[in-house]
Amino acid sequence: MPSPDRRTGELRRTGPGLLARVRGYFRLHVQNLLGALGRLARQPVASLLTVAVIGIALALPAGLDVLVSNARTLSAGWASAVDFSVYLEPGQPLARAETLAAEARGRPGVIAVEVISAEEALAQLSRFAGLEAALEALEENPLPHTLVVRPRPGLSAEEVGALAAGFEQLEGIDLVQLDTAWVERFLAIVDIARRASGLTLMLLGFAVIVIVGNTIRLDIENRRSEIEVVKLIGGSDGFIRRPFLYGGLWYGVIGGLLAVVFNATALLALSGPVQRLAGLYGTDFALQGPGFAGLGMLVGGGALLGWLGAWVATSRHLRNIEPT
Amino acid sequence: MIRFEAVGKRYPGGGEALATLDLEIAAGEFVFLTGPSGAGKSTLLKLVSLIERPSRGQVVVNGQNTRRVSRRRIPHFRRGLGMVFQDHKLLADRSVFENVALPLLIAGFSQRDINRRVRAALDLVGLVDKAPRLPLTLSTGEQQRVGIARAVVSKPPLLIADEPTGNLDPALSLEIMRLFERFNELGVTLLIATHDIDLVTRLGHRRLELVEGRLIGDTGSSDAIA
Ligand SMILES: Nc1ncnc2c1ncn2[C@@H]1O[C@H](COP(=O)(O)OP(=O)(O)OP(=O)(O)O)[C@@H](O)[C@H]1O
Ligand SMILES: [Mg+2]
Repeated sequence: MPSPDRRTGELRRTGPGLLARVRGYFRLHVQNLLGALGRLARQPVASLLTVAVIGIALALPAGLDVLVSNARTLSAGWASAVDFSVYLEPGQPLARAETLAAEARGRPGVIAVEVISAEEALAQLSRFAGLEAALEALEENPLPHTLVVRPRPGLSAEEVGALAAGFEQLEGIDLVQLDTAWVERFLAIVDIARRASGLTLMLLGFAVIVIVGNTIRLDIENRRSEIEVVKLIGGSDGFIRRPFLYGGLWYGVIGGLLAVVFNATALLALSGPVQRLAGLYGTDFALQGPGFAGLGMLVGGGALLGWLGAWVATSRHLRNIEPT
Repeated sequence: MIRFEAVGKRYPGGGEALATLDLEIAAGEFVFLTGPSGAGKSTLLKLVSLIERPSRGQVVVNGQNTRRVSRRRIPHFRRGLGMVFQDHKLLADRSVFENVALPLLIAGFSQRDINRRVRAALDLVGLVDKAPRLPLTLSTGEQQRVGIARAVVSKPPLLIADEPTGNLDPALSLEIMRLFERFNELGVTLLIATHDIDLVTRLGHRRLELVEGRLIGDTGSSDAIA
């Protein structure tokens, strides 16, 4: 026990050395980390409810984000995958159409040009039921010759637009019809959905902070007497706060992992029907998951939000607990 | 070790708990604080441990004027003194060992030092074999000894106790006081508030008597290190 220094009447209070203190500090962190997990495990039902709510709150915006990015990949190729039709002026001979087609094939950004003669166009049209009689009544073919131009995949909507405009200047061309409006509309909808997912993320992220904060607040309330005791024997604010911060961290991490599970399940459930739908459209599109980075962000984001929630709760409530 | 200079304490909404108190306790002294209920004994100890702050005057503990100890520095300040409570204030969900180790954990000692010092402290109070038990599975006297082991484990130069034998029978009370005397022999300064006048007279250490917040009796120092 203490060895008194008779000269000063002071005890030689031997504190830990610097290295020991640094090591002790890290050991304390690890102990707190594991201790906080242990406390969660000791109240499995309450903890599970909390992390489930956090999991759902995180899974929703993350799921939306996955859907949006899938919609973006899906539609990325559409603008350039759209063929456009170049109608010649009525009365232009078929030979003119062939010349224009040959010239068009040489343009950069064009991978194929098909010539549809007026006769072929009429034949196609008359295949639609009910039109045959009407068309037969016509004296002459009202349809012009047409070029169907297929742009190179990967061109942006603007580049395709410029390409189409280039045809309009040519001699003997009546009209160029480029139907990308619906693609643009779709992209606008996707953009709205993307913003909505960002907003959802902000709102539900805030919700996670509130949920964790409230849970930690109750935890602090339940351990009030313990906190008082630790304050009495010299525990610093940081020392007292740390287990709660780690508690919040765990809520966030486990909630994040749960969100990953929720999303993986949803993705799995949707991938079958989506593939079938894609098959009907003749593409091999498949749903893409969020990837490792996305999953990491979900868990890391959960950890950050949980920590923040605990930080807010401890900032507000630990200060008020003082021994009396 | 402890000096009160014209200290007054008035609780908000309460009366005068202490009125213009002057006293000096030297290092190495063993001092009893007595007086009727409501005399201000606990208040005096709370001023020493910075649970309360004086309304007037200065309290100097271990060379530090408590007025100059900011709220943030209180934990560090408290590590320099051991505190024993009537109700032990042990953590019910931690073993005896973990309870005693807590001050060392707070101070950042290595696990090896913690093991060694906790064993030594438990040895002093005769509870080494109870280390893995939970506090509530011990008798009241044993629990109080765990509380004492926790108070001395980091070897503070000053130990204050508020009715440490309040819940104990005379034999156990004497046993606890003998324990305090052993610490005193090792150089620890002790300030103990108690109702147990018989015990105080029997042990014959310096006695401060408070009545209504005033010091009305001081038997004077007999243990101080010259
Ligand atoms: N927190 C408080 N708020 C208001 N008044 C208080 C407070 N604590 C103590 N008092 C008053 O201060 C006076 C001294 O109280 P204190 O607890 O110091 O007495 P004591 O000598 O320890 O008594 P006991 O022997 O019963 O423990 C009493 O009149 C008490 O009512
Ligand atoms: Mg009292």
